[in-house]
Amino acid sequence: MTRALQYTADALSTGGLYALFACGLSLVLSVARIANFAYGSVLMVAAYMLLVTRALAWPIALIVVIASAVVLSVAIDRVAFAPLRRADAVTLLVASFGVSILIQNLVVLIAGARPASVNFGASFNDAVSIGSVHIAKIDILTFVVTAAVLLSLWLFLTRSLTGVQLRAAAEDFTMSRLAGVRANRVIAVAFAISGAIAGVAATLLTMQSGSLSTDAGLQPTLIAFIAVVVGGMGSVVGATVAGLLLGIVSVVLQATLPSHLLPYHDAILFSIVIFMLLGRPQGLFGARAAGARI
Amino acid sequence: MLAVEDLRVRYGKVAAVRGVSLTCGAGELVALLGPNGAGKSSTLLGIAGGLESGTVSGVVSLDDHPLQGLTPEDVSRAGVVLVPERRRIFASLTVRENLMVGASAWASRRQATAHAEQVIQQFPMLASMAHRHGGLLSGGQQQLLAIARALMAKPRVLLLDEPSIGLAREMVNTVFETIRRLRDDGLAIVLVEQNVANAIALADRALLLRKGLIEGVAQSGADQVLSSYFGRGEGAASPT
Repeated sequence: MTRALQYTADALSTGGLYALFACGLSLVLSVARIANFAYGSVLMVAAYMLLVTRALAWPIALIVVIASAVVLSVAIDRVAFAPLRRADAVTLLVASFGVSILIQNLVVLIAGARPASVNFGASFNDAVSIGSVHIAKIDILTFVVTAAVLLSLWLFLTRSLTGVQLRAAAEDFTMSRLAGVRANRVIAVAFAISGAIAGVAATLLTMQSGSLSTDAGLQPTLIAFIAVVVGGMGSVVGATVAGLLLGIVSVVLQATLPSHLLPYHDAILFSIVIFMLLGRPQGLFGARAAGARI
Repeated sequence: MLAVEDLRVRYGKVAAVRGVSLTCGAGELVALLGPNGAGKSSTLLGIAGGLESGTVSGVVSLDDHPLQGLTPEDVSRAGVVLVPERRRIFASLTVRENLMVGASAWASRRQATAHAEQVIQQFPMLASMAHRHGGLLSGGQQQLLAIARALMAKPRVLLLDEPSIGLAREMVNTVFETIRRLRDDGLAIVLVEQNVANAIALADRALLLRKGLIEGVAQSGADQVLSSYFGRGEGAASPT
């Protein structure tokens, strides 16, 4: 029972983080139809901003980290993607790879290629004891923050005029424009929210690992892409739920696999994903045909 | 009000519209009639800015302010709003949310909400289902929602593309009654419709399109329009 509760805490923490990764990526994919591989670079830069702001009080540092991720995300859209609005998906994908490589190399140039350590929120690595169950504070924090971010996003998407326009654009971009929704504005908002989520996710990820490297965004981006496919291309809810499920299944495998199979953890996890997609290729929450954006 | 001069639409090597000119004033309804492939929907899309810039040429203006070259959202915000074929309402959004998408031209959410209340009161059928998802409405209800969504943008010109397609007769009557009311309220309406009898009953003028060209313009009068439509030009006036 004790172990089960601890695994549940781990699963919700990991799943929450994966859900954040997936949510940020799928928002841009559903509205702008851009498979944005540069999302991982935004995450990585946000993580490095924790290093830059280490002398500041943590609330200010957090604001700077999230703001820098928002600015970078929107700047990527303005500079790299906006001139390619009418380009096909492959061109946009290649552009996002280019942006990702450019940003990664810029960070190497400025901060060096060697991994660095960060002790932002180090106290959260202590455990809270509830009876015989010991749960790391960071796991509780990750789950609470994830829930708060997703709830805030849901309220924004359902209660605000901009949020409703964002959902309309995700469903039928051309029609939303014919109804008066400004294309570039709605895409910029999607990139801004995606950046903010990347900033939060980078902070939690760095707090968990305590280290920084220029390839820090790669693994989260891969997980996010897998969650997007499992959830159903274009469905933000689907990607978020799939991210949560991926995290939970990953932790369950980690806890239950015999030790000689643990090195194959990722292979087994992604085999499950492949079998799921064989049975339901459109993903958990269906799929829509891709269409022209502008 | 709305003036279109020498509108041409070309999809690659195919010329879908080959020089359409029309005008439509406040409280006026101009019907575009013709067989499938005549270029009717392309004409509306060309006016609404809904086609890629390289495919459209000609002059479109509203009160002498040019609209050609504007993005579809800017054309909509200028007051020319398209209600497209097959409605294209947002299925995952509620009726009220669909209306709010059309409210993008309003400065504040409060103004938009107040206007949505006014609009929805004009459509009693929708008023009772404000929180129902658009995808759960019947075809007729979706058509009324598409028109209501267009009205949210404070349009001066409404471009209606096949509003009666696929609807039961009773609902067709409701839709056309709504169009009549909007015209009488002073909206300029350009109507593309396969239901010729209903269209000419409302139209001040009917333009007969074939293969992207205006073959004839009939002033109000059912006999003249019908003979033009079915008799390939007999009784139709020359394009003006």
